[in-house]
Amino acid sequence: MSMPSPEETRALLGTVLSLSRAEACEVELRGTTEGNLRFARNTVTTSAAVRKSRLSVRSRFGQRSGEAATNEMDDQSLTRTVRISEELARLAPEDPELVEVLGPQTYPAVDAYRPATAAAGPELRATAAAKALAEARAQHVVAAGFFSHETGWLARATSKGLFGFHPYTVADFSVTCRTPDETGSGFAVAQATDVSRIDTGPLTRTACRKALLSMAPRAIDPGKYTVILEPAAVAEVLPFLYSALDARSADEGRSPFSKPGGGTRRGEKLFDERLTVRSDPGHADLAGLPWSDEGLPTAPTLWIENGVLKNFFYTRYWAQKQGVAPVPFSGSVVVPGTDSSVDELISQTKKGILITRIWYANIVDPQTLLVTGLTRDGTFWLEDGKISYPIKNLRFNQNLVSMFSQIEAIGTQARVNGDLVPALRVGDFSFTSTSDAT
Amino acid sequence: MNRRMFIRLGALGLGAAVAPPWFGTVTALGATGPILSADRKSFADLALDAARTAGARYADVHLCRLRRQFIFARDDKIQAIVSSESHGIGIRVIAEDTWGFAATDQVGRDDVAKAAREAVAIARANAKLRGEPVVLAPVKGVGEVSWSTPIEKNAFAVPLPEKTGLLVAAARAALDNGATFVEAAVFFGNDQKYFASTDGSYIDQDIHRIYPNFGATLVDKKTGAFRRRDSLSTPMGMGYEYLDGRPAGKVAGIVTRYGRHYDMLEDATTAGKQLAEILAAKPVEPGKYDLVIDPSNLWLTIHESVGHPLELDRVLGYEANFAGTSFATLDKWKSGTYRYGSEIVNLVADKTQSDSLAAVGYDDEGVKTRQWDLVRGGILVGYQATRDQLHVLGETTPQGCAFADSWASMPMQRMPNVSLQSGAGELSVDELIRDVKRGIYVIGDNSWSIDQQRYNFQFTGQLFYEIAGGKITGMLRDVAYQSSSPDFWRSCVRICDRRDYRIGGSFFDGKGEPVQVSPVSHGCSTARFNEITVINTGRQAQA
Repeated sequence: MSMPSPEETRALLGTVLSLSRAEACEVELRGTTEGNLRFARNTVTTSAAVRKSRLSVRSRFGQRSGEAATNEMDDQSLTRTVRISEELARLAPEDPELVEVLGPQTYPAVDAYRPATAAAGPELRATAAAKALAEARAQHVVAAGFFSHETGWLARATSKGLFGFHPYTVADFSVTCRTPDETGSGFAVAQATDVSRIDTGPLTRTACRKALLSMAPRAIDPGKYTVILEPAAVAEVLPFLYSALDARSADEGRSPFSKPGGGTRRGEKLFDERLTVRSDPGHADLAGLPWSDEGLPTAPTLWIENGVLKNFFYTRYWAQKQGVAPVPFSGSVVVPGTDSSVDELISQTKKGILITRIWYANIVDPQTLLVTGLTRDGTFWLEDGKISYPIKNLRFNQNLVSMFSQIEAIGTQARVNGDLVPALRVGDFSFTSTSDAT
Repeated sequence: MNRRMFIRLGALGLGAAVAPPWFGTVTALGATGPILSADRKSFADLALDAARTAGARYADVHLCRLRRQFIFARDDKIQAIVSSESHGIGIRVIAEDTWGFAATDQVGRDDVAKAAREAVAIARANAKLRGEPVVLAPVKGVGEVSWSTPIEKNAFAVPLPEKTGLLVAAARAALDNGATFVEAAVFFGNDQKYFASTDGSYIDQDIHRIYPNFGATLVDKKTGAFRRRDSLSTPMGMGYEYLDGRPAGKVAGIVTRYGRHYDMLEDATTAGKQLAEILAAKPVEPGKYDLVIDPSNLWLTIHESVGHPLELDRVLGYEANFAGTSFATLDKWKSGTYRYGSEIVNLVADKTQSDSLAAVGYDDEGVKTRQWDLVRGGILVGYQATRDQLHVLGETTPQGCAFADSWASMPMQRMPNVSLQSGAGELSVDELIRDVKRGIYVIGDNSWSIDQQRYNFQFTGQLFYEIAGGKITGMLRDVAYQSSSPDFWRSCVRICDRRDYRIGGSFFDGKGEPVQVSPVSHGCSTARFNEITVINTGRQAQA
């Protein structure tokens, strides 16, 4: 079934707003159709088609607000949802930090919808899985993976005349291949707006190759090593860095970017000069969102430029309090890469470790951005520019500010989890123990 | 309802639905108040019949209304009050020996039948890729039955000002007693789940859960150092009575801990006072220590190092691409001699424990819940399995540990409560500490991490106390303990008795693709683990 047009959505949201008895009202509507397929043990396991929607209504009376949400769109449910939000708002204590409801905004056109993805169904999923399974069976390894596609749309409106509508599609594939003796494991991942850009065969071949290469790993002592992090590994730790770029936390003294005695470290060169981190919601390879959580238009924003901390993101309230313009966090994070493939980074490495994937990363100390986690699905010892042998997985405890200041080389980018991140070679990466997991 | 009609209905009051065609037909089913049981049965039968007609040999249906309320306070200001409801139907089928699933939030008769047919079509499309046929352990239909969480006070019925008032008061208590900043929140959940299957079961369940929490932060402006102390609360399968702070729910000691009743004001006051002590605490000297671990911390270690590795789907490789596999392989279990822990370690699985998050009458594939052994006398004796995995173990009695987090999610094997049984002899926490020469007493959960086969883990906590010569001598900071699951459990030398038994848990245990979150609890008494590696996280974590 096709999605509603912007005009139809505008009319529906207008109807919801017309029900409101509050002083101001904001509504958000989203709908998705998802299809997915899981496989494991070289066989398809589960597969699903799911349609979901959600209407959220936030009502305001002065500095009081309340929000209610439903997925039932009959008039009785809509009225009830609006009334619940009003009742919650009336009973809510005043929040002096509540900012004005937004009026009309000019949202950037983000081209994030591809008909091929919207047309995907069970047959396409089965074909994609069949290609992956054929590769794994041919290589005598055991594959487990997930293929999914989603078509959705978001809309928001306010009683002050704001309206936005955003259709999108996204497709994901990831695969882990394991050797029958369970000592070797390899991984590959891809994400695209257009499902036809995901070719499950070659990706599975990569995972198979890594599985076979990583059999019978040797243990090495924990310690500090030069590492090459593939994009999938970088994408597991990068969000800890950019989510710490909140102005309020920094100003309040509870951020790794606060200064002792007050103030922030904005403008300081904290990272290697090769590191630039920016948001680029309109990037052709990312197709992000046109508006932020607060409903402000997203925009290309520089966070870190050539190693210098350039910007924090400001909520509307914090910006108002600090007398600056709000800077929405615009997602779609891009870390510019180079033309150097992972193989080229390896060829320039005298001694080091290649990390395919990072698992269970978690913040240990928010003050130092100390993160722990483990390597997984393809960890190799590098020597004299080549993969020398597979090694057992390792646990790291790594201060991320240090990590991003110890960059030695940057490689090509890949889209992972909605961000565009490159492979990195980093010096003195800190491993604290080994793991028996293979 | 068609596109034109949607455009025309620009305003309400016409007595007709206003949804765009994307939302399809709107049903009269249960927009307000509880859905009538008879209506649900008729929709479930319609879906089951449609699935059978399309060729399914088995089908089950989840017709759910999921209610959530979330209140958030920053410092002493309430900044979010959100109530949500989600209603829909999920239909799972076996056709051509293959699973298929479809779900929709359009619960009209035609939509439900269509979703059932879609589930069968998906199963058929995948059948050609199937290597192993689905083998489902039989379950006798239970007819029409119901189950409810035995709550004393429905959190959704508690007046909002009482709830916001509690959060504001707790935040103020922390601020007045030393905190620079506080965030406080409370989540309430009510799952109204209606399950029906071609086995002949019609199961109506009303499940309640609650989770209050806060985090208090102190910033030392001079040095720039900041520290946070989180609440010692835990999510529970209870009503609002969890928040009444009854003295019977408290455990006295170096810091008050909480059992089945939580005193948020008291804990926030304590947290505010403790922050300066935490900031000034002695950094831990890395090395090996005997750890005395409170249930408020140990529940998470049980979760990660016992709960997850003993999920049979992980053991078999079904989660290899995401959550991972397991060190606790079938050959170890088959040997009947694999030592998972020391002789005093007995770990049980259940979905029946009162106040626990996983407690239900029936699981999400219609199995009556029960308790069973995972580790007995330190030996691995069991796993957690769904109906389609049970044949691997050569068992025929289903355990009841399937769970779907929504009508939109396919049921899968999810962790039941996994709990460490209390020590047999009488032993208090004070008596336990008295024997420790060089140790650390760990309270409250914090950061966690474990590898994809569940060997190597690292945990931190909220409060750490140095134990020297059998006495608590002061507070420590920057402590993380790191071990391998079997090494850790084999080092368990003493467990306090039943008087100290408490449960801790998580609302948000993630697993599966797409990821589903499940609520689960873990019970235990304070236990001692000898010679565990402790690292100092303030020194770039050198062991």
